This record gives sequence, C-alpha cells and structure tokens, in this order.
Amino acid sequence: MNDVAAATLFPAAARAAPRVPVLDVADLSVEFRTRSGTVRALDGVSLQVHRGECLGVVGESGSGKSVTAYAVMRLLDPAARITGGRITFGGMDMLGAGDADLADLRGRELSMIFQSPRASLNPIRPVGTQIADVLLRHGGVTRAQAPARAAALLAEVGIPDPERRARAYPFELSGGMCQRVGIALALACRPALLIADEPTTGLDVTTQAVIMDLVLGLAKARGMATVLITHDLGLATEYCDSIAVMHAGHVVETAPTAALFATPRHPYTARLIGATPRPGLALGDLASIPGSLPDLRRDDLPACRFLDRCERVRPDCAAAPLPRRTEAARMVACRYPL
Amino acid sequence: MNDAPLLEVAALQKRFPIGGGGLLARRAPGLLHAVEDVSFTLRAGETLGLVGESGCGKSTLARLLARLLDPSGGSIRLRGEEIGGVAAQRFGASPRRADIQMVFQDAEGSINLRHSAFEAIARPLRRLRGLAGPALHGKVTATATLCGLPAELLPRFPHQLSGGQKARVGIARAVATEPALLVLDEPTSALDVSVQVVILDLLKSLQARTGAAYIFVSHDLNVVRLLCDRVLVMYLGRVVEEGPAGDLFTAPAHPYTRALVGAVSVPGRPRAAERVRLAGEPRSPIDPDPNACRFHGRCPIGQDRCARTVPPVHALPGGRRVACHFPLTDGALAAA
Amino acid sequence: MSAASLAHARHVLSGNPVTALAFGLFALLVGTAIIGPELVPFDPIAAAGPALQPPSARHPFGTDAIGRDVFSRVIAAARLDLGMAFAAVAIVFACGTLAGAAAGLFGGWTDRIVGRLADTIMAFPLFVLAMGIVAALGNTVTNIVIATAVVNFPLYVRIARTEASTRRGAGYVEAARLSGYGEAHILFREILPNLLPIMMVQVSLTLGYAILNCAGLSFIGLGVRPPAPEWGIMVAEGASAIISGEWWIALFPGLALMTAVFTFNLLGDGLRDIVDPRRRT
Repeated sequence: MNDVAAATLFPAAARAAPRVPVLDVADLSVEFRTRSGTVRALDGVSLQVHRGECLGVVGESGSGKSVTAYAVMRLLDPAARITGGRITFGGMDMLGAGDADLADLRGRELSMIFQSPRASLNPIRPVGTQIADVLLRHGGVTRAQAPARAAALLAEVGIPDPERRARAYPFELSGGMCQRVGIALALACRPALLIADEPTTGLDVTTQAVIMDLVLGLAKARGMATVLITHDLGLATEYCDSIAVMHAGHVVETAPTAALFATPRHPYTARLIGATPRPGLALGDLASIPGSLPDLRRDDLPACRFLDRCERVRPDCAAAPLPRRTEAARMVACRYPL
Repeated sequence: MNDAPLLEVAALQKRFPIGGGGLLARRAPGLLHAVEDVSFTLRAGETLGLVGESGCGKSTLARLLARLLDPSGGSIRLRGEEIGGVAAQRFGASPRRADIQMVFQDAEGSINLRHSAFEAIARPLRRLRGLAGPALHGKVTATATLCGLPAELLPRFPHQLSGGQKARVGIARAVATEPALLVLDEPTSALDVSVQVVILDLLKSLQARTGAAYIFVSHDLNVVRLLCDRVLVMYLGRVVEEGPAGDLFTAPAHPYTRALVGAVSVPGRPRAAERVRLAGEPRSPIDPDPNACRFHGRCPIGQDRCARTVPPVHALPGGRRVACHFPLTDGALAAA
Repeated sequence: MSAASLAHARHVLSGNPVTALAFGLFALLVGTAIIGPELVPFDPIAAAGPALQPPSARHPFGTDAIGRDVFSRVIAAARLDLGMAFAAVAIVFACGTLAGAAAGLFGGWTDRIVGRLADTIMAFPLFVLAMGIVAALGNTVTNIVIATAVVNFPLYVRIARTEASTRRGAGYVEAARLSGYGEAHILFREILPNLLPIMMVQVSLTLGYAILNCAGLSFIGLGVRPPAPEWGIMVAEGASAIISGEWWIALFPGLALMTAVFTFNLLGDGLRDIVDPRRRT
C-alpha cells in the first residue's frame, strides 16, 4: 500500500493540517463485566495524537493504558463494553464502524506492536510468509511480488540477510529479531498510526535502544503518528513529544515531555517521577506512593481516583465532576494542581 | 571484627553440554560456556551488582553461588570453607545451606500456589533450623513483621496477595534463616516503580540490620546504582569490568560498559546526541573461540589483536579491573 | 479446597446444567453400585420367571434366556463393572502419575526407562494388548483390572511427565531446594500435589474407557465368567437373541453402559472447567 493509495483512501490523514489530530479519543469510558462485579476500567479518557508526533501513555500496572490501546484498535475482550465517548481516527468514527471496515483499517492504516514479540508471531509459519500475508490482505501487491516485498521490509527493520531470514521460523530468531519482525509486520502497509504497547519489555537495554530508534526513525521519516505505551519514564522521555499520565483509568495529566518533567502539575505525576531511580539520587531521595489502586469494581468511586493516596487531598476532591484544566498544550485533572 | 572476606570466588566456570551426546552419539556434544573464569571477593555487609545482557551468564552465576547448580571448575569459598565441591543435590543437607539464600524475580512463581504465606516462610525454618510449634510460629511472625508483612496476611495464598506483598513473602522466606549471603535475582523488575522503592528500602534496612552480603543481579542500571557498592559487568560468561558502582557508571573503562551506560534512558533527560550503538547480536556462547575477545565483532573499537588473543585483565586505580586490550582509561583515571 | 475454589465450583455448576446433571448421574451410579444389589427385587443369578419375557410390570426389563430378571441383573452388574473400572483406574492413577512425575522431575535414566516402558505399551493396539494379558494370565476379575490398568499406563505417564517437567524449573521448586529439601520431598510434596487437579480430570475421563474395556473383554468371553452379572456379558448373551426379536436382553445393559460412559465423560469436562485455572474469569 503506497502513500498515493493511502492518501486517496484517507485524504484526511494524508493532507491533515498538523493540528488536526490523526487520533482523537474523547471522553472514552470502558467497563468490563466480570464474575466479581463490573470493573470501571476507563473513565473519561481523552487523548490526541497528531501527524508525525509520538505520544507517550505512561502509568503503572492497572492504570488502563493497555485497555485504551485495545479500545482504539477495537480489539477489546468480549466482556468489555464501551460506555461512553468517541474515538475518531482520521476523521472516521471508530465506534460506529462495522467489523468489515475495522478489519480493513487494522494493519493498513492503524497498526500495533505488542509487548511480547514471540506471542504476536505465529510459531508455525516462517516470518516472511506472515509479512506477505499482511501485504496480500490489504492489497497493493500480487502473490508473485509479495515475498520480495516482505524481504525488503525485513531489510528496512535492520535484519541482516533478509532473504534467508524470511524463511526462518520465530523460534529460530532472538527476542530482538522477533520484535523487529513484529515492527515490520506493523509497518508493512505504511499505517498512519502505530500503537506500540510496551514494545521493549523483556529486551536488553542495548537492544531496546536500537529498536526504539528504529521505530521512531521510521515514524518520523513517514510522518506516522505513534502512541508509545510504557511504564518506563526514561523511555518516554527519550522518544515522546508529549506524555499522557494515567492512573486508575483516568488520564491525570497531559503535557509536552520537557514540561512534564520540569513542572509536573498533578500530584501523581510528581510522585511517580519522585519514585523513579535516576543517576545522582540515592535510595533515600526516592519516595514511594502510599496506598494502592482503588478497587475499580466499587459503585462509590470518588471523582478523583487518586485521593486516597494524595497528601494534598481536600474534602471537595471527592465531588463530581473531576475538573480537567487545560492551558496551552497541557491538561491536568486535578482540583488543586501543583 | 573479622576482616576476612565472606565469599571468595576463583576461576569459576560452568559449561553445559548441548546437543549430540546420548547413547548413539556420533559427535561429542558442544559445550555452552555459560560462566567462564569469574573471580571476585565479597565482604560481609557489601552489595555486589551483576549486570549484563540476557545470555551473559549472570543468572547462571547467581545459581552457582546459591549452590543450585554445580560448577564445572573453579572454587567457591564461604568463610574460607570450600562449598563448590558438594553436589547441589546434597547441598540441602549441608549446614551451609542456611547461610546462602535467594530472592527470585518472579515472586509469585517462587511460592507454591497451594502454600499460604505462613507456610512459605515456615518451610526453610522447619527444615534448616528445626523449628516447630510455637517457636516456629513466633519466628515466622517476627520475620514477616520485619519485612513489612502484617500478621493478618500470613494465612493468605499467593493469588490473594498483591505484587508487593508477594515480593515481601519471597524476601521474608529468604531472610528467615538469617543467611550470611543473599543472592537477589532481579527482585524488583516485575514490580511497579512505586512498590520498587519500598522493597529496595526494605532490602537496604535488612542488610543494615543483619550485616548480610548481597549479590544483586539486575538489568536495570539505575536500580543497581542505588543499592550496589561494587558492580561486575558480564558479557557472554566473562567479567569484562569490575569496580565501584559510582565510578563504573560515570566513567566506564570497557567499551561494552560504555555502550550499556549510554543505552540507559533517564527520566527527564533528553537523548544524548551521540550515543554508542551496539550493532548485531552477541556471538554464540557454544564452543567460543578460546583465543579471541568475546566482544569482538560488536565492539566499536575492535582491532585485529582482539581476534587473536584473549584480553588481559588490567587493574586500574580505585579497585577497578578491566578485561580489554584497549581500555578507555582516561575517564577512569580521572574518576578515581 | 479453599472457599474460592468451592465458590468457583458452584458457579460452574449453576451456569452449566449439563455438568450438574453429570454430577447427579455420577452420584446415582455410585449409589446403585453400593446399595443396588441389596435392593433388587429378584436374585440376579437365579431364574425368576418364564424365559424370554418382554418388559412388563413385574419384570421392567424383561427376562433373559434362562428366566433371570434383566432389571435385577443390570442393577447388580453396576457394582462389578464400576468396581472393576474404579479399581483399574485407581491403580493406574497411582502408578502412572508417580512414574510420570518422577520421569519428568528427575530426567536421565528414570525418564528413559519409564518412557520406553510407556512406548512399548503404546506400540500395541490397546484392546488387543488387554486381550493378550487376560488370555495369558487367566480369566479373572483381578486380571481384567490389571489389564485395564496396564493399557492406560502410557496416558497417565505422558500427562504427568509433561506437567512435572514444566514445573521442574519453577521458582518454588528452587525455593524448596534452597530450604534444604531433597528431591524426594520435592516430588511428593511440591510436584505431585500440583499435578492432582489435572490428573483428577484424566481419572474421570479414563473411567469411561475403563468400563468399556472391562465390558468389552467380557463381551468376547475373555473376562468375567457367567453367571456373574456384568453388562458386557449381558450384551453378549443378548446379542444373539436380537435376531429372534428379544431386543430387551441386550438393550438395557447396553443403555446402562452408555449412561455410565456418558456420565464419566461429562464429569471429566465439568471437572476440567472447575479445575483449569485458565477458564476462570
């Protein structure tokens, strides 16, 4: 799928003035029905990603960052229900779209890299064939051309000897190689948006750097928008233009990267930074975050889900609605920001 | 206070046979050189960090030191007594078993799902210290309290505990017998950053209290910096650099250490303009060339000599050692 | 079982009436086997009326060629059939699980010997092997039980071995070694208890096969001898009578066999739902 074809089918995304977002998530709420109750996994999540930009979604486990990614891809578990909000991708309403349209979109315009490189590859098919599958599914290549194009894509992601490696099975490749194949798969059709869900967990630090450089390099070269989901603040600092911090299903703060670390506005952001090891700080300089995530199955969740852990809490913090103050490019969801 | 080292490791080696072998083998099995010629000493109260990529041998080394694996060569001496000779299977009966314990990365996997927290902590005490009844109960409760586990959590099973609580159970179990040496294999890498701080604090305070020596295996250099006095950097089974944590990371002498330090991302600090990038993958650890530096081929400063002779170990000021033909010593000398 | 497991069990049973039915039938079968023979209206091995009578109020399942009440025989046979099946499965469960777990945990020669033994047994068509064993050792109930146990041995070994070797490197096994426990303790106290739930599922599935095996051997004359009431023999006796129109002699024991196998299979599925952690949401 070359850029011309993409532009024809997705004129909005291709010609979008830089300030019209490629992905616009507005006030998204998601619930999961489980045996022990309804989990209010996401509540009023709003994010935007623009062309050529990388948005980091950071948070600890249970913050809802992966749920958000899967919701955007419309790949949520059957037990999930989207109870509110809008997801707009390139001008198209994702929540109203039919399955056929979504299947068409995924892989071609909207793509994802998963946390475990081996889990996202079919273990019984050679990697070149898997890439060719994506190319054939979304058109643009013939059966005869597909193997060559697949090998070219493997070369693009830095796999040496790509023609031979295309015939390899995933178990013959190392973790770093498998993740590169995953990236090649995701980028095969030159999508307009790439979601990377913890793409470097389990990889060595040296490999991590190479993989991230590769992904973001390709993204910048093609004007592709990227969402990087991670719990690693360091990774987010290095590769993201702006960062959205999530806690217990809320986006608590959004800001350009430098500004977020220089002047965090939300108490959780400040504490998260304060708990992360950095050179120059001793163990005694770090502070943990008291308490733990609230039980999202409760019916009586307060408007601010951080208030049980916040040292700045005041009585009216529990009152709905949770205020979201926006100024310049920053948003903070707090009644009494720092 | 006795100043003799607690642990002395000399030329420790572990090789695994791979492939071939068996009854009708045509070829001799290849040997995977997991750990090769590792030597160091450790004093009581000290924390030694082990860092390196996956496949560098740090986990194997950790298990050799915890005597879960038998070395193929070399010696391990605990308080002067050689413990490498006893087979791992029989080490459980040795009186030294209680002196060396281990904390695992996956706290959940390290607790039998059918055992309560109490049972998990009680087992080493029952077997190694022969405690029973009220004495056992008292010791388990005391250890749990020491590790920040409230008594009401003790009857719970692993699936009823949070990640941080499970980590505490793993630590409580390891310190219950008051070991002199504690091997920690990535104890916090599965934990959220806020929980990590608390667990690291706990480990530090336990060490201050008991005077135990720690061997801390981790891939996260930022965490290693927090807790470790000295660090061993490993690559494909060999120690490539050793030194005090602070100096080693600010002014690495080995090109691999330099690449490792350069690859670490720091929150709030934008990417350095020039960063050493390591191309390719590590070489195979099976039957490596005995006459070449194992880092050759990926090393940014590699030369002919590196392919022909094993690098010698240079001693640098400040208690540092480097195994390289061309150590980057300018910064190292300045830092010492 | 902890409270959570019981709650999960209740949940599965309430959401799945078929499984609840299986448990009910299982209870009924076991009850029949235990007290049935005491409650039957007629003596299963003595003539109770005219021969070859179709089902009636007095003989709900009719009478057979010698005049015995088929209903009483079917009920009485439950004890023998279920007894043989349970005994065989109990033996193979104990031996197979232990051998397989040891092979998986220790590897080396234990693994090789157990593996070759299982392979040798699997090389034969299993029923033919059972026939061979009974023919060689003699037509007794004991030998049927032994033959059935032997024939199921590879299955248990294989499952136990896989599960044990997966757990061999688990953290808690290493932790047990660090606590000073030896390999025997690890096998019996760490590995086997964790294997039990999975093996339980296999037990109930194998019970069905075991009953068929025992009945099958008796059907071809290699098992229990007449006049002992046993479903397989009864089907054999009734098979020749079908042509002459006496359908009830073979049908009812056949239905009983079918019910028993059906119950055990459903039970196995239900147990798997309860026990398999991956099914829990």
